[in-house]
Amino acid sequence: MKYLLLFLFIVTALNVCSQEVISGKVYSLETGDPIEGVAIYWKETTLGTVSDVNGDFEIQLIELPAELVFQYLGYKTDILTIRESRFIDHKLSEIEVEALDEVVVSKTKATIQKTYFKPRNVVSISSDELLKAACCNLSESFETNPSIDVNFSDAITGTKQIKMLGLTSPYLLITQENIPMVRGASQAYGLTFTPGPWVESIQITKGAGSVTNGFESITGQINTELFKPISSDRRYFNLYRSLDGRNEFNLRLNTVLNDKWSGGVFAHANQRIRENDRNDDGFLDAPTGDQLNLLGRLQYTNAQSGWVGFLTLRYLEEDRESGEIHAQAPNELRINAPWLSQWTTNRFDASLKTGYVFPLRTYQSLGLQLSYSDHSQQSNYGHRVYDIEHDSFYGNLLFNSIFGNTLNVFKTGITGAYDRFEEVVDGSSYSRTDHSIGAYFEYTYNDIDTWSLVLGGRVDSHNRLGTFFTPRLNIRYTPWERSALRFSAGQGRKASNIFAENQSLFFTGRSISIESNNGEFYGLGPERATNYGLSFLQGFSLFNRQGDLTFDFYRTQFIDQVVVDWETIGQLRFYNLEGRSIAENLQIEMNYELSKDLNLRSAYKTYRVQTDYTSGRLERPLTPKNRFFANLDYKVRSVKNPESEWRFDLTYHHIGTQRLPANIRDGNNFFAQSYGLWNSQLTRAFKTNFEVYMGFENMTNFKQENPIVASDNPFSSNFDASLIYAPVFGRMSYVGLRWNSKK
Amino acid sequence: MTLYSQKSIEKQTFEVDGVCGMCKTRIEKASFKNKGVKSASWSIDTHELTLIFDTSKASLDSIQSSIARVGHNTPLFKATDEAYESLPMCCKYRSVEPH
Repeated sequence: MKYLLLFLFIVTALNVCSQEVISGKVYSLETGDPIEGVAIYWKETTLGTVSDVNGDFEIQLIELPAELVFQYLGYKTDILTIRESRFIDHKLSEIEVEALDEVVVSKTKATIQKTYFKPRNVVSISSDELLKAACCNLSESFETNPSIDVNFSDAITGTKQIKMLGLTSPYLLITQENIPMVRGASQAYGLTFTPGPWVESIQITKGAGSVTNGFESITGQINTELFKPISSDRRYFNLYRSLDGRNEFNLRLNTVLNDKWSGGVFAHANQRIRENDRNDDGFLDAPTGDQLNLLGRLQYTNAQSGWVGFLTLRYLEEDRESGEIHAQAPNELRINAPWLSQWTTNRFDASLKTGYVFPLRTYQSLGLQLSYSDHSQQSNYGHRVYDIEHDSFYGNLLFNSIFGNTLNVFKTGITGAYDRFEEVVDGSSYSRTDHSIGAYFEYTYNDIDTWSLVLGGRVDSHNRLGTFFTPRLNIRYTPWERSALRFSAGQGRKASNIFAENQSLFFTGRSISIESNNGEFYGLGPERATNYGLSFLQGFSLFNRQGDLTFDFYRTQFIDQVVVDWETIGQLRFYNLEGRSIAENLQIEMNYELSKDLNLRSAYKTYRVQTDYTSGRLERPLTPKNRFFANLDYKVRSVKNPESEWRFDLTYHHIGTQRLPANIRDGNNFFAQSYGLWNSQLTRAFKTNFEVYMGFENMTNFKQENPIVASDNPFSSNFDASLIYAPVFGRMSYVGLRWNSKK
Repeated sequence: MTLYSQKSIEKQTFEVDGVCGMCKTRIEKASFKNKGVKSASWSIDTHELTLIFDTSKASLDSIQSSIARVGHNTPLFKATDEAYESLPMCCKYRSVEPH
């Protein structure tokens, strides 16, 4: 409630920011095209602006009459006397090209785009933004994005775990080109199976999303679009090497076969050979091993007939090893051999998307998405064994059309899903088949300017969850210019794949107990939660620079949940929630262009994530209460060669105190101290198609001392490599290069 | 739902004078005032309006006249000075002369 009051207070305070402006448009006299980047200022003042990509500009009004200067490289400077406040339509004429001796003024598109008009709270991240991440796959792509929190999952695999609105990724719907992707068996490591250089863009939806992709999403959706053969560079490659011994290689080849067909082949390989144990606990800081990942796609587009098609095939194999690999002489006190860990993943994915756009009625279309995946993981962690096989089929038939006109749009369709799981956990086997069929309907109203609404619902019939209804609602209202007030509410439910989602439990000596209530999933019931939230976005101009401010408040309330209870030393307990479980998140985000080519992005986030355990109500462990994030990026273009530039990027994360469950290292009620992490990157682009980069992660070398509990006795029940709140590895530096060709 | 015969649906593109995003909203809204207009999209860059409409319910004449009535010139109708004057400052497309 106090957040809401604060929110309303700030919203009201913002309402006074509009000021009297005069607007206009600049064109070229010769070509009639709008000119971007024209400097426009009141003569003998410092008050000025720059025209945008459409030649449009707005400038603060001063006392009239006054003289307005239009200046642009390659054009004659004009001075207009403005006598009255009305629209200015102005044409500039060209001068001889030889007179050029300055740098071209231009404005580039932001790499993170916020939407003012869509009913949902969606942030789009372009491939340029992904370049800021050191490396290399989706799990590492969110370091410069405040909507997603990146955590360290354990001291064995070195993988990063993501959270949204305070909850881990199983509560998110993660799709690739709108087909559910990271789910079931791939929940723990699935994000590491999509190489960053394959990704064209990412859309992050906070809060309740669309019903068209199923009933599983609770806190939001992350959708990844890969590069499309028809529109992307013909050839691309990237090499990366981190100085702690990780090497990566990425390749994309695309070809347009004819006016209808195009195809692409993507390849990725990574390996780490070097064994690092910087903290001398006998355990590797990061696993060794390799991954090979290949993707092929075929795209069909026929603009005349209205048919489109997309076939994508992907194969992945990965081998990793970790643990006490270079422990030659095991500790004398121990009877057992070194604690070793090995895991192998093989995965095959196939998807086919076809669509038909009705000729003339371009607002009407029919689509069919089919996908299949076969995922197999074999793993040993010390004496523990975890094997999982997951076969999955998914189909979605979708029809888009309108009621009367395009202000009233609807989507309707049916989805079907089939999942077969075979698991071996230590000595026990579990096998399960889930299948469901569902129908959905989603209506969107958009009055073009002030408000829009999406109302959706679906009914599903699932062999274990029964027949149920899932409602979702999104509303957007624009009270004044450059603002958006959004409300969302929805429900989602899912089966909890308790082992696949909590694989870090295998890096502990804890005994596993499932407190069954005769439910359908490992004896436990399914999970169900409602999520609702309010978001307010306001764009602003300050000293003639653009910025935006966002306030987000979201709350997730579980109706049913599988509680993962780490609170007892030596034990890990799963049971169904009795009582309350919530996750609340308030985020204040500010983005501002400090000067030309220098951008600041910052966010403060606070969380309240509480669950009723059998021992009482507690804050969720390893969930920082407060986080702060800031990112600065700066570009310098060469005067002589506009194709070459330097790019500099600096990111700071402050991670607040977090509670750790009781363990023999920290005792009871231990709160890990807050800390800060600094990352930086420097890129030198020699031409638009060739660049080299280097960077540092964790520049201040902050590390969690003794990350592994009872590392000297890894076969005891006290052993725990999952209680990680900070980097295990200290400072890390890397270098890389990228090359692409349009032809 | 749209269960009309294929023949009565028509797609037309023509120029409409205007300037900015506010004009776009006004032009499209005026188009949608006509029953039978399925889709209306005006481009800020090209000043072209693309319409998909049901010819048995709306005519190009009626659509263009409703656009002109809110202050925007179309190929068939010129906006009245009165309608033009009521446009906000940023939408004044009739140009001013430099001094």
